[in-house]
Amino acid sequence: MSQSSPLASVDKARLEQTYPDIFKRSPLKRMQTVAIVAALVGLFLFGMMWLGFSFEKLATGISRLGVIIGLMFPPTPGHLLPLYLKGLAETLAIALLGTMLAAVVAFPLAFIAAKNVVAQRAIHFLSRRFLDTIRGVDTLIWALIFINVVGLGPFAGILAVAMSDIGSFGKLFSEAIETADTKPIDGVTSTGGSTLHQIRFGIVPQVLPVILSQVLYYFESNTRSATVIGIVGAGGIGLYLSNEISQQNWDRVAFLIIMILITVAIIDWCSSRLRFAIIGRRAVI
Amino acid sequence: MTSHIYRLPDEQTAALLSHYGAAVAAKRRRALLFAVALALCTALAAWGGEVDLQKLSDGLPRFWSYLYDILPKLRLSHFGADFAEWFWNWDGWLWLLAETLLVAYVGTFLGATIGFVLCFFASANLMKNAVARALVRRSLEFCRTVPEIVFALLFVYALGLGPVPGVLAIAIHTVGALGKQYAEVVENIDMNPVEGVRATGGSWVEQIRFAVVPQVLSNVVSYTLLRFEINVRGASVMGFVGAGGIGKELLGSIRQFYYSDVSAILLMIIATVVIIDLLTERLRHHLLGIEGRR
Repeated sequence: MSQSSPLASVDKARLEQTYPDIFKRSPLKRMQTVAIVAALVGLFLFGMMWLGFSFEKLATGISRLGVIIGLMFPPTPGHLLPLYLKGLAETLAIALLGTMLAAVVAFPLAFIAAKNVVAQRAIHFLSRRFLDTIRGVDTLIWALIFINVVGLGPFAGILAVAMSDIGSFGKLFSEAIETADTKPIDGVTSTGGSTLHQIRFGIVPQVLPVILSQVLYYFESNTRSATVIGIVGAGGIGLYLSNEISQQNWDRVAFLIIMILITVAIIDWCSSRLRFAIIGRRAVI
Repeated sequence: MTSHIYRLPDEQTAALLSHYGAAVAAKRRRALLFAVALALCTALAAWGGEVDLQKLSDGLPRFWSYLYDILPKLRLSHFGADFAEWFWNWDGWLWLLAETLLVAYVGTFLGATIGFVLCFFASANLMKNAVARALVRRSLEFCRTVPEIVFALLFVYALGLGPVPGVLAIAIHTVGALGKQYAEVVENIDMNPVEGVRATGGSWVEQIRFAVVPQVLSNVVSYTLLRFEINVRGASVMGFVGAGGIGKELLGSIRQFYYSDVSAILLMIIATVVIIDLLTERLRHHLLGIEGRR
């Protein structure tokens, strides 16, 4: 091997001839890359200017932030710990019920939106756009709208979380259904099964683990969004958080943030364990 | 139909059937257990979340009437005038939307740049120092777990109202989210090119520049585009806490019951989000297509 080392026979001219792209990228391509990067950076700088970034502002902001962070230690709940715990329980309740409600509503919707179940272009298109529209509205906006409908409190939060998740679930579930293997469906059809039988025994067993894992994943991310939903008055720990920030009780703010972090970490751990148990470690994205 | 197929002796069939029955029963038991646990959690959550079906049944008609109220009163005979009245402040809203997009863009750019630098320190295959790696990973986790609105609230306090705190909040969240995704991409690269560069005497930075970056670039860009899309949504509500963009206008019109304004602004936000969605999806498919062909 070592005698016939390729290094001995390196011939730059021949290499250049074999791989012309690597040795001499066309100037046009090079210009293209430079232009794209320049445009991106230019837009970034323009945006900084237009949005009012300035060094003094950042400097004063950072020094003030330093003061705030200094005041955060040691984090303490004061005498409000029971209240905070109740807020946290409320947050978890919002996330759980919102996710479940969304899953229950989105499950049938997803079959309608799946190309291989309802082979009707118009219905497919309309249901997909409908789900997109729901998804385009942020949870906080839904929360504001539902506060007008059912009043302040966690119930509005549950409905808001459910609403924005219906869009995501509908899309994800219908994609899972569309990628389902057709053979079990053919099998059910060959024994004389109706459409409903095909769905129940051909599709559902295939998609259920995927759907369960997605629901769990969303429960996890909804725990995060349910912590802030209280900022607009829709229940949960966010209400206390925004109150304490506006009253500048920074030690309590820090305590609340730590509470949120620990809760999210626990939920993360539990749900990833459950997801592994449901669909196996390898399949988890 | 089954009669002509070779049949197992009865005792074997019985054994198999009892196994099958046991398996099915075990599965049913597990499903039942799961259902009971879920029902318990739901009941507990419903109690804690003050779920009130009475409230819902009272509220549901109000929801539909609210949806009806926010729809503009368009008459066919005066369509032009009605439409103009519906979008009476369209140029103002367009500017605010542009500001929202810029907040998302600048935040994504800033966060992606920092996240890109940090991801190499968080990848096990490039960063051999376990302490430094754990440190970077934990800080990325922190950035990603604290909701961006909370950062925005803090920054509004420190920097004053306006889009700057919104940009910083989005940037921090983006650092956490993208840093993790980038690191996962980097951990899955082919290490042979890296060894090749190291064999020629390349430094750590040169190894990354010439052996790692070319491998991960298309995935990195794809994740960044996806994050930009998410950040546009996030930037649209930054205004709720006074951190710039169209959110403040939306909050005002919802709180003060300017019904037709609500639908006009919502429609503009949805249209923007959908357009960004489509554009980034096309770009991503284009990029990943290039990747696939290589």
